[in-house]
Amino acid sequence: MQTTPETPTSAVSRPTSELTPRLFRVVKRRRETADTVTLELEPLDGKPFRIRPGQFNMLYAFGVGEIPVSVSGIEGRLVHTVRAVGAVSTAICEQKVGAVLGVRGPYGTAWPLEQALGSDLLFIAGGIGLAPLRPAIVHFLANHERYGSGVLLCGSRTPGEILFEREVERWAEHSSFDVDLSGVRHALTTYRTVDVAGPSWRGMVGPVPQMIPKAHLEMRSTVAFICGPEILIHFAAEALLTRGLPPRSIYVSLERNMRCGIGLCGHCQLGPTIICRDGPVYAYPDVEHLLEAREL
Amino acid sequence: MQTIDEVLEEIPFFGGLKHEDLELIAGCGSNVHFEDGETLFREGGPADTFLLIRHGSVSLSCYAPPKGSVILDTVGPGDILGWSWLFPPHRWHFDAKAVGVVRATQFDAVCLRTKIEQDPRFGYELMRRFTQVLLQRLQWTRMRLIDMYADHT
Amino acid sequence: MMNGAHDLADPVVLDPTGLDDLIAALRRRGFRVLGPRIADETISPAPVDGIDDLPAGWTDVQEPGSYRLERRTDDALFGYAVGPQSWKRELFPARLKLWSATRDANGEVAVEETPTEAQPTAFVGVRPCEVEAITIQDRIFLSGTFTDRDYGERRSAAFIVAVDCGDPASTCFCSSLGTGPATGGGFDLALTELLAHGHRFLVRIGSAAGQEILSDVETRPAVEQDFTDAADVLDRADAELRGRFDPSGVRNGLVRNSESPHWDDVASRCLGCANCTLVCPTCFCMSVEDRSSLAGDEATRTRVWDTCFSVGHSYIHGGSIRPSGRSRYRQWLTHKFATWQDQFGTSGCVGCGRCITWCPVGIDIREEVAAVMGRKEEHHADD
Repeated sequence: MQTTPETPTSAVSRPTSELTPRLFRVVKRRRETADTVTLELEPLDGKPFRIRPGQFNMLYAFGVGEIPVSVSGIEGRLVHTVRAVGAVSTAICEQKVGAVLGVRGPYGTAWPLEQALGSDLLFIAGGIGLAPLRPAIVHFLANHERYGSGVLLCGSRTPGEILFEREVERWAEHSSFDVDLSGVRHALTTYRTVDVAGPSWRGMVGPVPQMIPKAHLEMRSTVAFICGPEILIHFAAEALLTRGLPPRSIYVSLERNMRCGIGLCGHCQLGPTIICRDGPVYAYPDVEHLLEAREL
Repeated sequence: MQTIDEVLEEIPFFGGLKHEDLELIAGCGSNVHFEDGETLFREGGPADTFLLIRHGSVSLSCYAPPKGSVILDTVGPGDILGWSWLFPPHRWHFDAKAVGVVRATQFDAVCLRTKIEQDPRFGYELMRRFTQVLLQRLQWTRMRLIDMYADHT
Repeated sequence: MMNGAHDLADPVVLDPTGLDDLIAALRRRGFRVLGPRIADETISPAPVDGIDDLPAGWTDVQEPGSYRLERRTDDALFGYAVGPQSWKRELFPARLKLWSATRDANGEVAVEETPTEAQPTAFVGVRPCEVEAITIQDRIFLSGTFTDRDYGERRSAAFIVAVDCGDPASTCFCSSLGTGPATGGGFDLALTELLAHGHRFLVRIGSAAGQEILSDVETRPAVEQDFTDAADVLDRADAELRGRFDPSGVRNGLVRNSESPHWDDVASRCLGCANCTLVCPTCFCMSVEDRSSLAGDEATRTRVWDTCFSVGHSYIHGGSIRPSGRSRYRQWLTHKFATWQDQFGTSGCVGCGRCITWCPVGIDIREEVAAVMGRKEEHHADD
């Protein structure tokens, strides 16, 4: 009964269809800003889950739908930070502790933390873009002796609209490489900027790319990870190139409409690339010309 | 301790100026220092100077009721602050306040305005540099107008 | 032309009664047999019991934006080109329930996958371009890191009886893309219908399953006259198809000309009706519909066909990346001929011409590709 297709059927390695969600329970919930919530999830089946910084899961709200969400935390629990911009994301943000969500994944490519060993890391985050970068920053901090220095340039609309506020404040306390009195070496220097602020703000006011010409960076040894609105990725990457950073040292995270997350539905195409399969993390030269095209 | 013209030679803004121009500018300059929270100038005040920030950060704000005071811009080390001195009515458009300790070189605009009237070439060189700064700051301000972090649904 | 490279054994010959017996043999073995049938004034795959159900003596006349059936002067059983429906419908159904879920009063959720409905099915009358389209979809659904399980099961349960093309339509251009008029590989049995010197079929055997089925049917070995007549049929078809499309440089040409003013020209004609994506045998865009009961205690997920012509296809929090008709037409055509190759290693087009026939305003992709690339189209020479 078998015909001879020219390509062999791949062995299905997971027991269920890839379009069937795995069930996770919300065990902790934290409101980050007016429209953003962080959920900590644990699998109902108790089996381990794998995901790497930069990858995403498809999160399912019962009866409403599914959206792709990058992982924002991997320390023990599966953590996702979601912004309510549509029916599905709003439904996910409304889930209380104890609620059950569907999870499919992990999908996509990861931030190249292995390849960047020994380099200085420059994290550039705009708005909700800080969420997909957070696991990479946490990994860097936990393994900082295997890397050079770390710099985070972080932009938000206003001082209050910042994700992981307490954590960022902790990071921002350390603005030099000096060993502090407790003998701990602080590896991450954090600079914050906002679009507009009230009088008590002591940080910078200006777009994230404005920080780039003057940041203390060693171009020869820096690898940059950029995540945020696409226009930010464009301006920030251009500012880095102007400073002389080699294009292949820049990595960006892109997004498009996704329905399946597994490269079969045709929605997340960007020209020749399929973002759920070849991205969302890309080396900038591979997508630079695609970002310049309009309505691609 | 560097002299002012030694400092100026290292600043990209003044790069390429003839030595006598740098000397003249340095001659109009003096070192100033502000404490955290100290006001550098107020909106509407006479704009008779511009500053080169050497250390620290300065916030530019305006008062917009009922919001209150809104910080619209910040300048940091290596930045030039102040172009209201260039054109009448020579009045500041914003309040400027020191965020942390600020060390700067302040330039007497009255003295420079006279020299610009007498020497168009010198005036052109200064204008060219200020225009570049303004263009860059306009581009960065426009980026903020995109309001890219807002929810667009 | 005749390509015996994929054949398992020497070709044999069936007469029409033998074909009837073949269909019966398939049914005895539990296959649901689908073949061309006339319905709604088109020829499309439907269940057949025997050769009496086939469109004997009918052909199709196709032009951009036009399709009609006409009587032939002979009794050819497969004397047409292609109808609006391809075999994609069978392997990749337009609506497929994936799973259902329940949520109880305590918020506990249970998910139950819907078993596949794949049953052994014989596809009788698969054109070479359609065999190629199936191969292209195999690549998409079965050879990536993640595969489509339902497609895989339906594919394994399919028995393919291909039939070479003797009467291409004016909208066909398979030979320009190397996908016809003769069947390449990927079949269980491949037939060439012969009318000269007696109505019969030259049968090439492409698989062990194909050979096994023939053991139940009376055949005779093929002789030189059979081969000569088959070559004549295909030569004639080849001659008609010659020069209808120039595929050279199209991949780079479309990408390089992404800002060509010609996109505005075609956009002024395109209705965005998505007919082309519906009839195309390789288009695979799909979406998922998540539904729940009013009480919120039951939910289902259904996989449905989608189209890149819909504005919602590229919607992402706040707006569509491709709001204009121009950008969506460009997306479809560039994907079909160019970026498909980057994504899957093959072209997306098989030259079946359906999108040309079934476009309500008669947009001809052969002309549009040439125009975007600044070439003069050549296929009109034959019309």
